[in-house]
Amino acid sequence: MPNYNWPPMESRRVMGKRVTRLDGIQKASGKAKYNSDVRPAGTIHGVILHSPHAHARIKSVDTSAAEKLEGVTAVRVVAPAGTEIQWAGAEIATVAARTEEIAHDAVRLIKVGYEVLPHLVREDDLSKAGSRAKPAGEAVTGDPDAAFKQADVVHEGVYGIPVITHCCLEPHGQTVAWNGDTVEYFPSTQNVSGIGGDLAKGLQLAAGKVHVHMDNVGGGFGSKFASDLWGLEAAKLSKASGGKPVKMYLDRNPEQTIAGVRPSVYAKIKLAAKKDGTFTAWDSTSWMTGGFAGGGLNADLLPYVYRQVPNRRINHTAVSTNNGAQRAWRAPNHPQVSYITCSALDDLAAKLNMDPLEFFIKNANLTAKPDVYTSQLKKAAELIDWKNQWHPRGDKRAGVIKRGLGLAVGMWGGAGHASQCRTNIHPDGTVEVELGSQDLGTGTRTVIVQVAAESLGLPMNAITLKIGDNSLPVSGASGGSTTVGGVSSSTRISNLNALEKLFEVVAPGLGVPPDQLEAVDGKVQVKGTPAKSLTWKAACQKLGVRTISEMGANDQRNPRGLNTGGVSGVHMADVSVDIETGVVKINKVVAVNDCGLVINPKTAEGQVYGGVIMGICSALMEERVADEGTGRVLNADMEFYKLAGIADIGEIVVHMDITPEHDKRGVVGLGEPATIPTTAAIANACANAIGVRVPTLPLNAKNVLNALNGRRLA
Amino acid sequence: MSSKKEPGVQAPKKGFSRRGFLHGVGITSGALGAGILEQEAAAAPPVNVTGLGEAPVTLTINGKPVKVNVEPRTTLLDAMRDRLEITGAKRVCDRGTCGACTVIIGGKVMYSCTVLAIDAQGKDIQTIEGLSNGNKMHPIIPAFANNDGLQCGYCTSGFVMASKGFLDRNPNPTYEQVKAGLGGNLCRCGTYVGIRKAVLEAAKELKGGKNA
Ligand code: FES
Ligand code: FES
Repeated sequence: MPNYNWPPMESRRVMGKRVTRLDGIQKASGKAKYNSDVRPAGTIHGVILHSPHAHARIKSVDTSAAEKLEGVTAVRVVAPAGTEIQWAGAEIATVAARTEEIAHDAVRLIKVGYEVLPHLVREDDLSKAGSRAKPAGEAVTGDPDAAFKQADVVHEGVYGIPVITHCCLEPHGQTVAWNGDTVEYFPSTQNVSGIGGDLAKGLQLAAGKVHVHMDNVGGGFGSKFASDLWGLEAAKLSKASGGKPVKMYLDRNPEQTIAGVRPSVYAKIKLAAKKDGTFTAWDSTSWMTGGFAGGGLNADLLPYVYRQVPNRRINHTAVSTNNGAQRAWRAPNHPQVSYITCSALDDLAAKLNMDPLEFFIKNANLTAKPDVYTSQLKKAAELIDWKNQWHPRGDKRAGVIKRGLGLAVGMWGGAGHASQCRTNIHPDGTVEVELGSQDLGTGTRTVIVQVAAESLGLPMNAITLKIGDNSLPVSGASGGSTTVGGVSSSTRISNLNALEKLFEVVAPGLGVPPDQLEAVDGKVQVKGTPAKSLTWKAACQKLGVRTISEMGANDQRNPRGLNTGGVSGVHMADVSVDIETGVVKINKVVAVNDCGLVINPKTAEGQVYGGVIMGICSALMEERVADEGTGRVLNADMEFYKLAGIADIGEIVVHMDITPEHDKRGVVGLGEPATIPTTAAIANACANAIGVRVPTLPLNAKNVLNALNGRRLA
Repeated sequence: MSSKKEPGVQAPKKGFSRRGFLHGVGITSGALGAGILEQEAAAAPPVNVTGLGEAPVTLTINGKPVKVNVEPRTTLLDAMRDRLEITGAKRVCDRGTCGACTVIIGGKVMYSCTVLAIDAQGKDIQTIEGLSNGNKMHPIIPAFANNDGLQCGYCTSGFVMASKGFLDRNPNPTYEQVKAGLGGNLCRCGTYVGIRKAVLEAAKELKGGKNA
């Protein structure tokens, strides 16, 4: 069996290098194809009719006029009479037509009778939730009541972080052609290997009947794993239209309304410390919504990172509301619990008159990794010049612009997912590496080819990579920051298995046993002896007519030290707040993350920049505004659902711990940990600047000015 | 936060659909030739008239005339993507906010989702496809790739076109000008750090090219 270990850090030639992503030019020149660009010959268009009501019973659906419209090929009722609709935007019917314009006209001709029922679409005021609130029961460790009695300092606060949307730029959808026997499926997905089976189940077909292909996806962030109702409907519309391919993507309004959200979290928190800053007790009553199903928040994560506080009481309630359902959102649970925890801890430090940096370091023994957090806190502090720039809460300098610093912590898993890879070495020396994976823009293509080039001793351009098709070896969905660990490990194992076969063929000619050979610099040579070698091409010629084709798999139970999970991170923010207008401006964000063995520092940094920017968006502007009057989302567009623009992000400093010590842990995912602490760090910087806590995010003018005027949450 | 830039048609007010508007009044607004109206009246039985039907137009895209059948309400973006297989420009917000559909029309940077195809007739329309030809490409393209100014890439064509238009107007931009000049485009993956560097690098590259 080959030695699959990663080559030593110092001898790597391709891995660890700042390689420019392989598909960069394709994407920057507009040539990269997304499935929303794909229109096979004969493509027709699907459009969905959505419910305008948040809660209603369908009394009737009359599609006759729509069916008669010239150019319409199929009309399907999704929610027949009697169906109870539980959120605005729910699908009522679908139409396929020759053009999208005609399909829209047809949808407008469908007459739906609704019996409108009472709805609840807001959860920020728990007292209004009534029977829609479902408490999860209480969890207690230690003796919180006694601890609060004995405490020197107790702080109580209310914190809230609202529902936000994924806002993928490429909306959810697909093109599907179903001729009744086989299905050609072009979805926008994070799950190339798995989504075909998902659709097949819905269509009651054998999984093998659905062929999936996707070259690129325009964002997913956790919301694009399943085939969804629109996948099924597009397939059925196709069948009803004689097997013509149906292209059906959500318009922006439903994209923002029903294609996934991150649940909110609100919490009343009481916490205590000794005079010297020792954190002793935590008591939180939190609530949230993830839509009609209520949704889940793992309240057991509280207090986040500092979970080993000796005394804690946790109460959590999920509220069922008439809104579109939650989906996984880049680091499910973590940004929200980071926000409520780090805000409360920061407020406690302020009450202690203690520098929060000192407070977070002092209590690092309550985290799972005291040394890592301590060193990351110190590193981030150095990079943001905490020592000179931090001041006690409330910038006392004259003027209306107040400046402040804040910090927050995060943690994540990120071990590799189950992944299989096939390596083909052909007699002409060409090499194919094949995985049913996907590149979300994280740089997956590039890291796979770096691993293969490293493992096979070839230049990167000698490797042909095939991903994005479910006829390739099964590789996991891209979620949980598990992709890089999974695909790099399976690629490494598969490459070395194939190489072993090549060595068996070549060894006799070089007069040594196969295990004495190595592949370096485009040659197969006797270990350490370049003089006794064959060029790669000459070595492969010895295969005659045979192609080597070898599999390799990342086994999650035994990743062989190639990948691992468990990372930490500390982010710090420097903000300025105009106390007359309430506008918060980012000056700088420092991100310190550990991430094991880094295959490509350039794209890894990109992940951190992106994570930080998402954290900035959530801190400053993002909020799905549900209207209790109409039951609808008021800002289901991109004008009033705000994202940060290029001028809004300040300076971002990324520090990754690329050290032999971290490297030997193997590959760990980074995409999610990179976004977790940013939001809380900004919120704490804002409190440090203006001297009061803005209890509910986002830090928009309304919330900041309300806090300055002494108005509190609920 | 993003300032809008030169939209071809004013962005619709909230709760007021551009398409619904055109559908309602476009026929009397003088935007259509009488010939088309006559064709329409003859073609469709009255009960089914909810759209205005398609008519051929000629658009000049990247210097080449292309014929396409569009409805009066069809946007330039949809005409390109759904009828001409020109898919570099992306449909994201479809309401003149995000910039993913950015093209350059008559030298002006515009959102193609807010321009009607019929209004784009007779104008010089430049799309991202026009910025490269085989291995030859505008320096902004490699600058985006080299500076990792993209991730998923769905905003990227729009950003590249906006950057191209910006550099045409500002050959010597400062960092601050780049930030202001690209305020009309949004990226969800968070690639702004690379984009800032890319635009400055391309500006240098372009100057080098001119001086040589
Ligand atoms: S799609 Fe045109 S501006 Fe967003
Ligand atoms: S790169 Fe994904 S939206 Fe910009």
